[in-house]
Amino acid sequence: MSILTIFYILAAFTLATGFLTVVSKNPIHSAIYLVLCFFSVAGHYLMFNAQFLSLVHIIVYAGAIMVLILFTIMLMNLNKENEPNKNLLSKISAAIAFGLLGFVMLATFIKTMPIIDTYKQSGQDYQSIKVLGKVLLNEYMVPFEFASVLLLVAMIGAVLLSKKSTSIQ
Amino acid sequence: MSLDTISLSGRKKEVSNKKMSFLESLYIVAIAKGLVITIKHLFRRKVTIKYPEQKREFSPVYRGQHMLKRDELGRENCTACGMCAVACPAEAITMTAAERKKGEENLYREEKYASVYEINMLRCIFCGLCEEACPKDAIYLTESKVIVKSASNREDFIYGKDKLVMPLEMAIKNSKSIN
Amino acid sequence: MDSAIIIEKGIFITVIFAITMLMAMYSTWAERKVAAWLQDRVGPNRAGPLGLFQPLADGLKLFSKEEFMPDTPNKFLFILGPAISMSMALITSAVIPWGDTLEIAGSTVVLQATDIDVALLYVFAVLSTSVYGIMIGGWASNNKYSLMSALRASSQMISYEVAMGLSIIALIMMSGTLSLREMAAQQHGMNWNIFYQPVGFLIFLVCSFAETNRTPFDLAECEAELIGGHHTEYSSMKMGFYLFGEYAAMFISSAILSILYFGAYNYPGMDWMAENAGANIANILGIVVLFVKICFFIFFYMWIRWTIPRFRYDQLMNLGWKMLIPLAIANIVLTGIIIIIADKL
Repeated sequence: MSILTIFYILAAFTLATGFLTVVSKNPIHSAIYLVLCFFSVAGHYLMFNAQFLSLVHIIVYAGAIMVLILFTIMLMNLNKENEPNKNLLSKISAAIAFGLLGFVMLATFIKTMPIIDTYKQSGQDYQSIKVLGKVLLNEYMVPFEFASVLLLVAMIGAVLLSKKSTSIQ
Repeated sequence: MSLDTISLSGRKKEVSNKKMSFLESLYIVAIAKGLVITIKHLFRRKVTIKYPEQKREFSPVYRGQHMLKRDELGRENCTACGMCAVACPAEAITMTAAERKKGEENLYREEKYASVYEINMLRCIFCGLCEEACPKDAIYLTESKVIVKSASNREDFIYGKDKLVMPLEMAIKNSKSIN
Repeated sequence: MDSAIIIEKGIFITVIFAITMLMAMYSTWAERKVAAWLQDRVGPNRAGPLGLFQPLADGLKLFSKEEFMPDTPNKFLFILGPAISMSMALITSAVIPWGDTLEIAGSTVVLQATDIDVALLYVFAVLSTSVYGIMIGGWASNNKYSLMSALRASSQMISYEVAMGLSIIALIMMSGTLSLREMAAQQHGMNWNIFYQPVGFLIFLVCSFAETNRTPFDLAECEAELIGGHHTEYSSMKMGFYLFGEYAAMFISSAILSILYFGAYNYPGMDWMAENAGANIANILGIVVLFVKICFFIFFYMWIRWTIPRFRYDQLMNLGWKMLIPLAIANIVLTGIIIIIADKL
């Protein structure tokens, strides 16, 4: 019962901060709302007893990515005046596109349910870092390595972009 | 010997802009050296003098508050000649002369004396030129061993004879030590 | 949930909170004393014996100062800044094992608020969140110098977090756990991690200096160039919270340094003590040993502060990205090779 109440409070908080992120005019405020949203999502992970995921979520998203986004917003001094006003059509299309994406994700998550069930029946703590590490580096070795290659490519791309802009100057 | 090899302190060091090696650029050796130097200071004698409890000794040539001296019979030396006022570069000294009356021979040594003798301590720079100029050995800056105290009124800094003249007890003590 | 456990943990957390506050308070006193001693002075000695009431006088002074609020677009964020910085400094103490177990009235008391599987990650998560205290405060001050220092501080902290994370990976590979309690237990006796991971320790030490914004990496404050950094617009106890948070963070990071690398509550001859004087006495001695180690590291922080001048900004970034990160990666590779060879033998 109490777990359910916590979930409802957390879910309401997540949705509210997510909504405020989109709605608020000041980019700094919306970034801070997003940080709060990330924290509440980490709370959701904790409710699944996924300690590793929740902490990594905080480290990576709240601790690194959002700091960098805040950093850029502060450096560029974005105000509501110079924010380009988008027309209604693009807003609607964006909403539809994200709705569809959400639908696809929901479908995949429903499909993963049986896999979790098999882990559940095995009786071991499938959220512990030891199990997670073994699964990642044995069963899902190839996707894991591909993810690292993807990150490497992104890194090289970023370096290349910054190098190019200096050579033009 | 050329100019850039002279080292007066003997501790001159040639500065070079050569590129640091990887080990040097980690700064570890340099930091360790610095740490050794600072930890040595931890065990050194502290130089602080805890003032109200502990007072620094006056140097024998310290120049503090002026003192108008008395001779061994307790008579004031000053004859109000005005040499000190003339010598004073800060123009801090003023005085009024008066003639010694009958029966005041035990107070003043000569026929003329200073009835008013004032030093403005805000003007005084404690150079000691009044002491140099005085022909009668009447004014001294090294005798009182007192620092001029701070005050919140300008008037309080004008010291009259009540503060400047040597106290009688001191003169009596001096004459005793001479005898 | 068992109410006895809740009460036990509640008391324990309160005690730890009080100790952290006390240590932070007396760190301010110790800082001034150490600074004075290293410069051949005596330091604060007027308030009470040896100046021991100085922190109280400082606190009173900060409380009685004018509470100044700048013309800022968001007053809430302005107050939130120091609050985050303080709470983030304190929240880490939840996973730190302050000692082994104690037997009190027939029940075993674990001297740790909570023993989670991923304690080390928790520490890093809190660490990476603590940037917001400076950043939000700096931005909400509505002052360009505060903003500049907030940006400097956040970029510095992010850069050094990378090197810090990499330096700790070698240690994790060696110990095979993320739980601080297990890590402490593995360093039983004199089997401290510093003997196996000297390079990792060095990198971690440098990074923890950068993470707590202490000299030589105190570019966030930078009195000379940025007035007072993100403190500029703060006054009264909000300012006090920033300063206090810094000292609390110093205490916590000293605790983590001594737990990760200097054997936590372990000391040579602890088995002998446990046999001859009883487990309780041996474990209480362990707590004392841990606090001695922590105090040494706090002293070390101060020692460094009064020895080395501040790094220039480009030197800071060069050190972080071009020296420490490659060194940390080399350390990981070396540790991996040694672990494989040791397994084969």
